[in-house]
Amino acid sequence: MSLFANRIYSKTITSLPTLILFLVVILGLNINIIYKNYDFIINFSYIIVFFWSLKKPEHLGYGLIFFAGIINDIVQSLPIGISSLDYLLLSVIAAFIRNRTIMYNLIYDWISFFIAILIVGSVNYIILMTIFKIPIVYESLILGLFVTFLIYPIFFKIFVWIDNMVLVKKNDKKNR
Amino acid sequence: MSREMGRDDLVISARSIFLKKGNRQKFSLLTLIVVSIIVLSLEYFKTGPINQFRSVAKDAVFKTSYVISLPFLSLKNAYYGVSDLLKIYEENKQLKIIDLNIEELKLENQFLKEENLRLNALIEEKNLFSDNYHLTKILLDQNSPYLRSIVINKGFKHDIKIGSGVRSGSYFIGKVVGVNYLTSRVLLINDLNSKIPVIIEPNGTSAIVSGNGSKFNGDIEYLPEKDQVEEGYIVYTSGADGIISSGIPIGKITIINNKKYVKFFADFDQIKFVKVYFKK
Repeated sequence: MSLFANRIYSKTITSLPTLILFLVVILGLNINIIYKNYDFIINFSYIIVFFWSLKKPEHLGYGLIFFAGIINDIVQSLPIGISSLDYLLLSVIAAFIRNRTIMYNLIYDWISFFIAILIVGSVNYIILMTIFKIPIVYESLILGLFVTFLIYPIFFKIFVWIDNMVLVKKNDKKNR
Repeated sequence: MSREMGRDDLVISARSIFLKKGNRQKFSLLTLIVVSIIVLSLEYFKTGPINQFRSVAKDAVFKTSYVISLPFLSLKNAYYGVSDLLKIYEENKQLKIIDLNIEELKLENQFLKEENLRLNALIEEKNLFSDNYHLTKILLDQNSPYLRSIVINKGFKHDIKIGSGVRSGSYFIGKVVGVNYLTSRVLLINDLNSKIPVIIEPNGTSAIVSGNGSKFNGDIEYLPEKDQVEEGYIVYTSGADGIISSGIPIGKITIINNKKYVKFFADFDQIKFVKVYFKK
């Protein structure tokens, strides 16, 4: 591989978390499911923000998280700033867990993620219902958060694999 | 002693989380949270320069989103193209059986139109609604539990106003709920917040069609207690709100588990271009 192509590849790999987050918010890739009259959404962006803020905050800047939230609000037609607040709250909780934990494992991360999305979901619900009077079906919100929680391990494995790729690329750079 | 130490630990953690910028971070979390709250509070201003800035920002995001989604859209279109192709043979066989007699229907339609014009002139009814429309492309097709909407490629530069009716082909699909400079957001008829006044023909019953999230059927509200509405009756917009023209077909009545629904004529999955009506 030429030096230029190698550099592009390396840059893409290291920016992968940011690219994934922006693709999800710009294209509105959060999956909408209708099941037995309950309409709920699987929030991939919550998983991305939480995982990378917990594991490698240097790969996903807080400024970019804020900006992704603004884009998500515009695309989803939500009050501008609400998703940024959600994502940053997730980052706060992830940073708190990072500060307090020495050893990580999937189960611990998974439970922490559940608590984090419950807190963020509650804040989201309170702000949208009380301040902006946007009607939200409570059951749909809870169902969406629960399904997002259930699929976390799948994304955990994918992101760990991406993280390893980033690590390999960085080591290659150092050894050169 | 240990409790004090615990509290100190917590204060140190909080300070580290909120104020420390960290490796390769340009902003602290506290700064960004405060900025988010300020941005959120700006939603209060619905007019003036803040609104104009918001409108331009929305246009920019919608256009960017459209460009980025082009490869994904072409994949989706290819999928629907293939499935349509597979259906054509079956449809062709069925159409051969049906005797449509199009020429007769055309003449009948022409006669009814002219009769309608004559009768309107007799009662001196003025046409409140506009026949001007833009044929426009859909930039974004957004499905979320909060909103079923599309973003179209026309805004207040093209005289689009909030409340304007939107059609896909001949069928009503929704109304404009947000207008930016170059783009607008259309609330689809199947959204939970959508309420459209309708008339059910042939017996002329008035009702409200309300969205329930389903892309196939909508709810019918405020039907008279002894209604004579039967399966197969056609639902049109009534124009009772004074904004959306009357007589635009929406769907036909279908009965599922003894409950009446409107089965939409439009296929929300396959809309690429829409007609948006405007007044100059």
